[in-house]
Amino acid sequence: MKHMTEEELIAYREGVAAQRAVIANHLAACEECRAELERIEAVLAALDTLPVPNPGDDYGRRVWRQIAPRLPERPARWWQAWFEPQRLGALGTVAALLVVAFLTGRMTKRGPIGNDVANKEQIRERVLVVAVGEHLGRSEMMLVALSNAEPLNPAQKQVNISAEQHRAEDLLEENRLYRQTVLMEGDANLASVLDELERVLLDVAHSPEEVTPAQLKKIRQKIEARGILFKVRVVGRELQERQKATKPAPAQKDSEESERNKA
Amino acid sequence: MNRMLPSVENAQTIAESDAVAVERTLAGDRDAFRVLVERHSHNVFRLAYRMTGNRPDAEEVVQEAFLRAYQKLGKFEARANFGTWVYRIAANYAIDRMRQRKKEEARKVEPVIHEEGTENDPVTLVHDAAPTPERLAHNMELRKQIEIALAALSHSERTAFVMRHWEGCAIEEIAAVLKSSSSAAKNTVFRAVQKLRLALQPFVVKGTQVRAMGTES
Ligand SMILES: [Zn+2]
Repeated sequence: MKHMTEEELIAYREGVAAQRAVIANHLAACEECRAELERIEAVLAALDTLPVPNPGDDYGRRVWRQIAPRLPERPARWWQAWFEPQRLGALGTVAALLVVAFLTGRMTKRGPIGNDVANKEQIRERVLVVAVGEHLGRSEMMLVALSNAEPLNPAQKQVNISAEQHRAEDLLEENRLYRQTVLMEGDANLASVLDELERVLLDVAHSPEEVTPAQLKKIRQKIEARGILFKVRVVGRELQERQKATKPAPAQKDSEESERNKA
Repeated sequence: MNRMLPSVENAQTIAESDAVAVERTLAGDRDAFRVLVERHSHNVFRLAYRMTGNRPDAEEVVQEAFLRAYQKLGKFEARANFGTWVYRIAANYAIDRMRQRKKEEARKVEPVIHEEGTENDPVTLVHDAAPTPERLAHNMELRKQIEIALAALSHSERTAFVMRHWEGCAIEEIAAVLKSSSSAAKNTVFRAVQKLRLALQPFVVKGTQVRAMGTES
């Protein structure tokens, strides 16, 4: 009788043999091949003793912390998701329109830059500056309120921060939108402040509604450690300056444009 | 096959909640991706460690695998299994990483003249990496031998062996990573085990030799 080859036995052992039943039958009848298979298995068993270090119970969380800052706002399909109805609802009409304005603006950018295009660019930037400035103002108010949160009466042990939390959730949505838009516009500095703000907003949004004074202290410490209130104020002021600098285009250009539009 | 498989029911529940997490991530909820990362990091790490043989490279592979998975998530088919998919991405990246490492090391070390076909010749490789059994048996423990034997495999062989023997991946998955046919992937698994056997058998079973193959009795 013809014995099994090493290849057949290894394939059998690794579960990739084509004629599994044939090999099994042969093994049942042939002591020599069984011995050969045992020798193969002994080597594989030795290989199985090679330890894999345990990266730790918190490894998954660690990986997330490492990659989260490097993840783009959304996977490849992000631009489609903006226009999903439920999303537009959640975002608020103004913010959604702003995105549409910027996306169309990006396309016109590629064409030759005439006066009217430059003019539109200016208007677009102004809209963004105002909107982000207001967003930062609202975020600042929420953070200040959170910093001052106290139990309603001193006898209560828990502090209810649900109002701040709901505001944080709304702000989080807005913030993601603005960060994405600002990034597309190439303003890395502003995007990075918004990114930091986003993490704080995320922390607040994910806290329990009722927190102990100790938990609240932790949240405050996180906010303080990032210096986020300070940054938000500085950037908010910068945006106000920019807003002054990018005044609406002179009246002459406006009329030129409207005449062209008539034509 | 030592992959720790949860019960069928469990695996199904996980696959379903993976699919939900993928959908939510695609809809713009970045935190949904966190669930996937936390759920699959350990498994991907084990695969990466066995492929690269060291922890820093393995950790890098894990990070990169999830970053790539996130970026390509739009191409992920809803009916597929996220765990399997991220495995494949990790294995692909690990192969690239190992090849890159090899190039970097080759640049550092004195230039070595490679004969053509050397990489695929089991005998040459095993002998390069593992000097005479007598010497090594005295100097090194089995673990070191195993590491050497694994390191002596070609990148494809190591990948095929790790994916099949330790991770229980389907031959089709392995073929996809190796960019080869299924039969070629099977053959690579065989070559890997054969080389490992040549290198390790002297340390495992005393006084035995690899039997002449396919002999008539
Ligand atoms: Zn036989």
